[in-house]
Amino acid sequence: MRIGIDVGGTNTDAALMDGPNVLAACKSPTTSDVGSGIVTVMKTVLAMGRVPASEISAVMIGTTHFTNAVVERRRLLAVAAIRLGLPATKALPPLTDWPKDLADTLGRHTFMVRGGHEFDGRKIAPLDEKELVRIAKDVRARGLRSASVTSVFSPVTPDMELRAAEILREENPDIAISLSHEIGRVGFLERENASIMNASLADLSRKVVSSFRNALKELSIEAPFYISQNDGTLMVPDYVERYPVLTFASGPTNSMRGAAMLAGEKDAMVIDIGGTTSDVGMLMHGFPRESAVAVDIGGVRTNFRMPDVLAVGLGGGSIVRDDGARIGPDSVGYEITSRALVFGGDTLTTTDIVVAAGLEDIGDRSRVAHIPAKTIETALNTIHRIADGAVDRMKTSAEPLPVILAGGGSILISRDLPSASKLIRPENASVANAIGAAIAQVGGEIDRIFSLEGTSRDAVLDGAKAEASERALAAGAKPGTVKIIDIEEVPLAYLPGSATRIRVKAVGDLAVE
Amino acid sequence: MKLNSEQLCDLAVGAAFLGTGGGGNPYVGRLMVQQCLDEGLTVEIIDPKELKDDALVIPTAMMGAPTVLVEKIPSGDEAISSLRRLERHLGRTAHATMPIEIGGINSTIPLVVGARMGLPIVDADGMGRAFPFLEMETFGVYGISGSPLAISDEYGDGAIINAVDNRQMEWLARAIAIRMGGSAYIAEYAMSGADVKRTAVPNTMTLAIRIGAVLRKARAEHRNAFDALLGFLPSTLYRYGKLIFSGKMIDVHRETKNGFSIGRARIEGLAPFSSVMEIEIQNENLVARVDGKVRAIVPDLICIMNTETAEPITSEELRYGQRVTVLAVSVPEIMRSPEALDVFGPACFGLKEPFTPIEEIA
Repeated sequence: MRIGIDVGGTNTDAALMDGPNVLAACKSPTTSDVGSGIVTVMKTVLAMGRVPASEISAVMIGTTHFTNAVVERRRLLAVAAIRLGLPATKALPPLTDWPKDLADTLGRHTFMVRGGHEFDGRKIAPLDEKELVRIAKDVRARGLRSASVTSVFSPVTPDMELRAAEILREENPDIAISLSHEIGRVGFLERENASIMNASLADLSRKVVSSFRNALKELSIEAPFYISQNDGTLMVPDYVERYPVLTFASGPTNSMRGAAMLAGEKDAMVIDIGGTTSDVGMLMHGFPRESAVAVDIGGVRTNFRMPDVLAVGLGGGSIVRDDGARIGPDSVGYEITSRALVFGGDTLTTTDIVVAAGLEDIGDRSRVAHIPAKTIETALNTIHRIADGAVDRMKTSAEPLPVILAGGGSILISRDLPSASKLIRPENASVANAIGAAIAQVGGEIDRIFSLEGTSRDAVLDGAKAEASERALAAGAKPGTVKIIDIEEVPLAYLPGSATRIRVKAVGDLAVE
Repeated sequence: MKLNSEQLCDLAVGAAFLGTGGGGNPYVGRLMVQQCLDEGLTVEIIDPKELKDDALVIPTAMMGAPTVLVEKIPSGDEAISSLRRLERHLGRTAHATMPIEIGGINSTIPLVVGARMGLPIVDADGMGRAFPFLEMETFGVYGISGSPLAISDEYGDGAIINAVDNRQMEWLARAIAIRMGGSAYIAEYAMSGADVKRTAVPNTMTLAIRIGAVLRKARAEHRNAFDALLGFLPSTLYRYGKLIFSGKMIDVHRETKNGFSIGRARIEGLAPFSSVMEIEIQNENLVARVDGKVRAIVPDLICIMNTETAEPITSEELRYGQRVTVLAVSVPEIMRSPEALDVFGPACFGLKEPFTPIEEIA
């Protein structure tokens, strides 16, 4: 049996799972120390499921803690941002285009060194080890406890980053080091940004991971625990301690995957309707389709792959106007319990409409009895038209797909949607995040520029697939369960010589139970 | 005109639009220019009319793979080295630099050169959009030699190419660019002020800035950005624009042929559009067809934009499922003459259909 936990900014959720079955689920406020909130929810689900701690074979945790730390500029370390690439890259030093306050928080300790590689593995310049020794001493003198190292084309050739780490450690044995090739893909500034952010989280990640560890110990759970990353796969705690930045945006991914599991669908649309907005995403092979655009985190450009989610202004608190013809995008939000008509307020909301239509019984029904039938009908039509339009906009083909409804606002949807082959309202959808964490798999990925000279495209692709699968196995996947779930091939434009960038992702089931 | 940060952001958007899918994302170039502005340097843009007829103008540019550029960020000195190298070779000093290509990243490289060297940048270019080859320049169409060309990398390596024609110059320079690591920086098509006025597509730098500004303002005022842009174009040399399709990306196919990214994007129409638009891509969008019929063709602009945000989308960023709107825009007459079409018309890209101006396609 597994326990999935989601530590959000507001609530900590847990789900106790036996295979695909949810035995128990609960929610509790997130505590400032994180750990005690986790202990509370784990105790609760174990008691609800009447399961002894010894029966638990794995605990999976999803958390937004690290994202929030960057967004709120809290508990971040000063960072030595070291770049290997001179004489290239000089035009844009590290921290270029960062929000001023965040760059200040991190101390602007930037260093540029000769080194780096070309796309085909040649050296831009030999690594300037003397300069690195000098920097290592300077880093110690400045009292910095965390460093990031980013080398040009390190996703192709990581050697120089590894060597730089050795040199830094000789002088600073306890320093935390973030190497960019472990974090990001081709796209230098974005990868460097992510590495620097990662380095700034070094202290917090140790604290959070140890609080997770202690929480399990307190309940005598001896099973291993894992933390979910942004692509919906799992990392071991040691890895998260070193690479907390990989947890960014794991929340939406877990939520969509959890909803899919609850609904028993692998290819489907998910519409998560909250108080103000509906978030619509698409699942392909059980994983969210990823966004193609650069993602801003706390004002910093990164190249993390985030689920492609469309937010539209439709929620349980959306304001209804023009006799139901216009809904949202504004909402009474958290004030719904005082401003909606059924709660004694003076604003007509979507929740009032579904109550007036007799579809739900919330608050004081008599307060919406005066709404004309025509307004109710028009508003219901508008609601379904917005939801259907959003689902259709996120689909990749005209074919109808199953639509999974999640979130408190899903009461708004009572009719069929033309873009949906069927509507599914799974039980326990409110803890889909925790369930998504519990069912997460382990993955391996490669993203590199390959030369096709003297070889064939098929041979290169096969090699890339094999390597991604090996990485998934190394990350703890059960042999025989590893599958290639994504292949992307982009030839280098304007560059004859048959070089192509290939990204392959493999996932497999976790080798426990 | 002294460029400010807001105009720089607008330029990046307008340059991506004029890139019609190619030319590389101007993000890195924009940051390099911003760095100059932050250092207090001046980016002075001048109208071609302000050039003396005997002034020497040396255009500067990046050549190679944008995918390499976003990983191997320039040192910032490469294009300057090329310009200096060409000056030494010619035994003359440049009065100004100029873009050879307004679409994509190459709109920004001359701005860095100008700011760092204290040279003005001429508000004009030789492509009026983005093209994949160095010979595809109105400069060359109207008789200017691209050679001698200077090429440099970040190490300080450099070369001068004297080729028999502009096509051969392109061929030789690209080979060197690969040896230089896949991206290199060039100075070429040195010409007089009189030749700039005669052969360049005028005012494309300010056009790109204005396009960016129109889109930005429309978004801020919650107006339809496509309508705003189409309403603006008649006041420019790109006087006719038309929204030719809107829908959902249902297929993107890419392959490498002769070192170029050849592709096809298929867009399924959303009301009021129906059927499927197919766009052929060779780095840039070359031709748009619906049911086998041409709806727009090179050198007219075919711009794929995000339907929600009205942001231009580059060929490398195209993905399944995107909601896109396609705009077709007429290019200035200087780019549509028989001589011009001989150098960058449909036949130059292996297309069988003749060039038909977008105004004449129903």
